[in-house]
Amino acid sequence: MNQSVEAQLTELREKIAAMPPGPQPKLSLIVFSGELDKLIAAMIIATGAVAMGMQVVLFFTFWGTAALRDPKVNAGGKDFMATMFGWMLPKGRNQLKLSKMHMAGMGTAMLKGLMRKKNAPSLDQLFEIAGQLGVQIKVCEMSMDLMGFRREEIIAYPHLDYCGVATFLAEARESQVQLFI
Amino acid sequence: MADHEAVKVLDLKGLPCPMPVVKMSQEIGSVKVGEVIEVHTTDPGSLSDFPAWAKSSGNQVLESQQDGGVIRIFVKRLK
Repeated sequence: MNQSVEAQLTELREKIAAMPPGPQPKLSLIVFSGELDKLIAAMIIATGAVAMGMQVVLFFTFWGTAALRDPKVNAGGKDFMATMFGWMLPKGRNQLKLSKMHMAGMGTAMLKGLMRKKNAPSLDQLFEIAGQLGVQIKVCEMSMDLMGFRREEIIAYPHLDYCGVATFLAEARESQVQLFI
Repeated sequence: MADHEAVKVLDLKGLPCPMPVVKMSQEIGSVKVGEVIEVHTTDPGSLSDFPAWAKSSGNQVLESQQDGGVIRIFVKRLK
């Protein structure tokens, strides 16, 4: 009897030791939308989370990847579809439109003006702060491939790399907070 | 409304969300444990954000005062 309890205890201890660590103070945020208002929200939450003592990983996928394009870089040698996608999609964060009330550019321009007036940080400033705070950006390889984006046309950001869905899930399962924007 | 002995004043007036807590988290390490920072902000969200930040980071908001448009918050570093 005693021996069996001992054996069970040992078994339990081994199981506990082998268990993966529980959720960490970490935020995994998927940036799916390539729209100005939603990216501002994502970047404010990201920088705020670092202030709250959290580690932050942003996963840029689908339309979100267009926000990471560097407007100064022209990547040549693309096929027809990639060229069309490149031409139709925003070239970087400063070309993004509002998800509502864009009104052929008027609404977006008005919001940007309002943000300047209220001294709210612009996307340029938010990306700079995020870089200083160590916010990580991971870019979905498949979206890059689908949209025909080349790595050389993605912005120089201090903590940026490329990944697939498994990387996101590995981070997400050990994050206390997961968001999709 | 006793003033607390602050060793540092952080002027964050005019900065909107999320900058007040971002700056706060960067500055808290510049004072010793047990010392107090006095924060001046004009962001009304700070009234709930600073206690939330303090709870999460293990520090303490001693007092918040609203004086016209300026909010004064006294934050004590606890760890």
